[in-house]
Amino acid sequence: MTTTSAQAVPRAVAVARLEEQWREQRSLRSWFATVDHKRIGRRYLVTAGAFFGLAGIDALLLRTQLARAGGDVLSPDQYNQLFTMHGTAMIFLFATPMLFGFGNALVPLMLGARDMAFPRLNAFGYWVFLFAGLIMFSSQFLGVAPNGGWFAYVPLTDLPYSLGRNLDVYTLGLIFLGVSTTAGAINFIVTSIKLRAPGMSLNRAPLFVWAIVATSFMVLFALPALNAANALLFLDRRFGTHFFQPDAGGNTLLWQHLFWIFGHPDVYIIVLPALGIVSAILPAFCRRGVAAYPLVVLATITIAIISFGVWVHHMFATGLPSLSLSFFSAASVLITIPSGIQVFAWVATMLFGRIVVRVPLLFVVGFIVTFVMGGVTGVMFGITAFDMQITDSYFVVAHFHYVLFGGAVFPIIGGLYYWLPVLTGKMASEVLGRWAFGLVFGGFHLTFFPMHLSGLLGMPRRVYTYPTGLGWDPWNLLSTIGSYVLAVGLLLVVLSVVLAVARGPRAAVDPWGGDTLEWAATTPPRPYNFASIPQVFGLHPAWDRRTLSRLETDEVLPGHQALLTSELDARPQRLVSMPEASLRPLLAALALLVVVLGLLWAVYWLAIAGVVATIVVVVGWLWPPQLTRAEAEAA
Amino acid sequence: MAAVLVALCLAGCAGSAPSTLDTAGTGARRVEGLWWFMFWISVVAVLEVLLLLGWALWRRRRDTRVRAGDAMPFVGVLGVGLPFIVLVAVYGVGLRDLNALIRPPAGPELSIEVIGHRWWWEVRYPDTAGAITANEIRIPVNQTIRIRLTTADVQHSFWVPQLMPKTDLIAGRVNETWLHAERIGTFRGVCAEYCGLQHANMSLIVTVQPEEEFTAWLRDLAAPPARDLTEQQRRGQAVFEAAACGACHTVRGTTATGTIGPDLTTIGSRWSLGAGAAPNDKGHLGGWIVNPQSLKPGNQMPPQPVPASDLPDLLSYLETLR
Repeated sequence: MTTTSAQAVPRAVAVARLEEQWREQRSLRSWFATVDHKRIGRRYLVTAGAFFGLAGIDALLLRTQLARAGGDVLSPDQYNQLFTMHGTAMIFLFATPMLFGFGNALVPLMLGARDMAFPRLNAFGYWVFLFAGLIMFSSQFLGVAPNGGWFAYVPLTDLPYSLGRNLDVYTLGLIFLGVSTTAGAINFIVTSIKLRAPGMSLNRAPLFVWAIVATSFMVLFALPALNAANALLFLDRRFGTHFFQPDAGGNTLLWQHLFWIFGHPDVYIIVLPALGIVSAILPAFCRRGVAAYPLVVLATITIAIISFGVWVHHMFATGLPSLSLSFFSAASVLITIPSGIQVFAWVATMLFGRIVVRVPLLFVVGFIVTFVMGGVTGVMFGITAFDMQITDSYFVVAHFHYVLFGGAVFPIIGGLYYWLPVLTGKMASEVLGRWAFGLVFGGFHLTFFPMHLSGLLGMPRRVYTYPTGLGWDPWNLLSTIGSYVLAVGLLLVVLSVVLAVARGPRAAVDPWGGDTLEWAATTPPRPYNFASIPQVFGLHPAWDRRTLSRLETDEVLPGHQALLTSELDARPQRLVSMPEASLRPLLAALALLVVVLGLLWAVYWLAIAGVVATIVVVVGWLWPPQLTRAEAEAA
Repeated sequence: MAAVLVALCLAGCAGSAPSTLDTAGTGARRVEGLWWFMFWISVVAVLEVLLLLGWALWRRRRDTRVRAGDAMPFVGVLGVGLPFIVLVAVYGVGLRDLNALIRPPAGPELSIEVIGHRWWWEVRYPDTAGAITANEIRIPVNQTIRIRLTTADVQHSFWVPQLMPKTDLIAGRVNETWLHAERIGTFRGVCAEYCGLQHANMSLIVTVQPEEEFTAWLRDLAAPPARDLTEQQRRGQAVFEAAACGACHTVRGTTATGTIGPDLTTIGSRWSLGAGAAPNDKGHLGGWIVNPQSLKPGNQMPPQPVPASDLPDLLSYLETLR
């Protein structure tokens, strides 16, 4: 990894030159053109956070409607749009993009790289996500939001039962968003395989990176099923095909299969990176690495694989043959074991470590408690007989909020507090953070625990109203009160982050004593992350004197260059030049937006114009750069 | 502690709820047992993790130097070995109960067809010509009843929590389930698959009766006894016919033979209007006829331009249909 020209230059000069080369103008153009993974990561976090807020307001309205029997806050159609948007947005526009935001901001840092493998693709992915999210939420303000549930079962969502644009927003919005998610997944995989710092062999890769890579592979295999389903539904609705119309020979169960072949892996697509966050947070606050690292890695990969064999447990009541049900039931029960491995690895880490109680750790503890409770009810739903009785009752609503809020939102908030120094260079208030934790944890359980009871008492889900006198009233009132408490807690989280950014104290370098490379960079990191490419000798490079001292003394890698390393052992291979800021990703995303809007409004010439524009922009994007003579000779 | 509280509460608060833990059917009783088995295992599992976590937090150490060392045996035993044994046991019990759900306790002695509509249930007794009703099922106690499930439009799901786990109604398919009630009573059922605007108001009542009562009811349902109508009721019948109610509804023995809406031959004795949307009394029935969209917005019945002066006659006629 030596370059002859750099050897003569003193380190300080080389770093100053690097600063100059990586400096981004504070201009509007730079704001739109940036490809810095940290800026893009922050954008993902802020945008997904905003969508979380909107979908959360939806949820508060739903709970307000259900506070008492026969509520009349919302009309049935408003309620149905709101619960559909709440689910769809939380899954697609909050959870995955939020976790991709963490991945974007952190994976290159953790790997000791300077950026993602494809920085412009990364920027493109963000813009597509933003536009898809805006389309879907604007439909809510126009009163034509999807209203067929986040699962959009046909034939309810097909003609003739669903007229209007509502479901077109759903099918097109999700396909559009899928472009972003797919691009992101490919980027994570290539980055993690080719850009790890020298010495970071696979068995030294951080657990968070393992989780992100496993998730990305799942995205690549799961999303096509959803995209296919949505494309078929769009064709049915717009161009008169009959894929899902039984009267014309279509098959309605096909939708359910396609949807859940995507849908159940998606639960783990959301949860796995969050589990990765937990594994990343714990070492700093237990003063040791996560116990049983090889088992945790194996568990992560096992979950990614088995999760593709459990989808039928969403269809246990559809009348499929019982023999096939029992196979899917076995897989659904079995997948508990790799999750259990991780839980006990974390517990062991805490038991055998030395605990430092700070806000991020509180959220991790809250996560473990909640996730385990969601896990045991998950086993119950793996058992076919129980599932047939309790599925589609409020018990399920309780279960999956324990898994998804407990399993993803708690780690996300913990991760936010943990990495705030990396993301912003500021520290959040410990006091506010502890209050926020108390309110979020208490509010969460007050909201969702009673739903177990209303479900067991026979209350079905997705109902905009319910009669009084069936024993459901007190539990619903408790849930509603809890949801307000939870909202206050979440507002405190936002407040503490905003206060920290606006007027919080500057974070010290490596304030928590973390073990992965993002803490070996400056806090916050420079645009180029590391002046010298780190050398890795173990699982905890930021706790390793060899890595830290060589970061100070190794020669500086000049210019927009990255070091490719081998896939398994991370041996240095060659330097490649990284693309610089460009407006083309934004233009490509805008062109695709035109395609989607053209299809949505049925203005097909506009869609075709968008396709042409997309092709033109992409060709321009991929056109080989004109090399100067010196560059050509160097190459 | 909390677990015991939950257990007590679930057992005690059931009251009038269509509770899965206050069962009256062979199928639901199976799952009730399964639930308590898994509940107590879950309590132990959660307590185990809580105790370990609590211990870790309680005996915190002051020294904060980084420690090495692994914990493979700990994770192997608590995270793999023990869960595996427990899960195999749970799975085994679950399979036993699944088998019990597939095979009814005895051969079916009676078949009922249940057809899902947005948003009401059509109920037919195919062995008894003309026995058609809506949003109510009556069955004799201690007999196995075969239920044939189809849908006229979108997916629905048939769920009577106290009697039997749910089975979906799938467009383009025929599904089957069974009921076997072990005691007399009325049990509330709902549609458990989201089916659009009025999914919330798609309930039904299953009434379990002694066999003789059931037989008599079924006979009357198939061939309602002729009634002498008063002058007002006769006027009401004329209003019914003039308003073209028969375009959508059937009243057997009259000219009303529509099949879009529920059969009204026994509307006078039904437990509710609009599949649980409102109680079945004169006031609500009048309100329903004039504007069904206010009691159950979005349902398929348009407002009926019945003159206010004719309404009392019409209501008194409908009351005789039982």
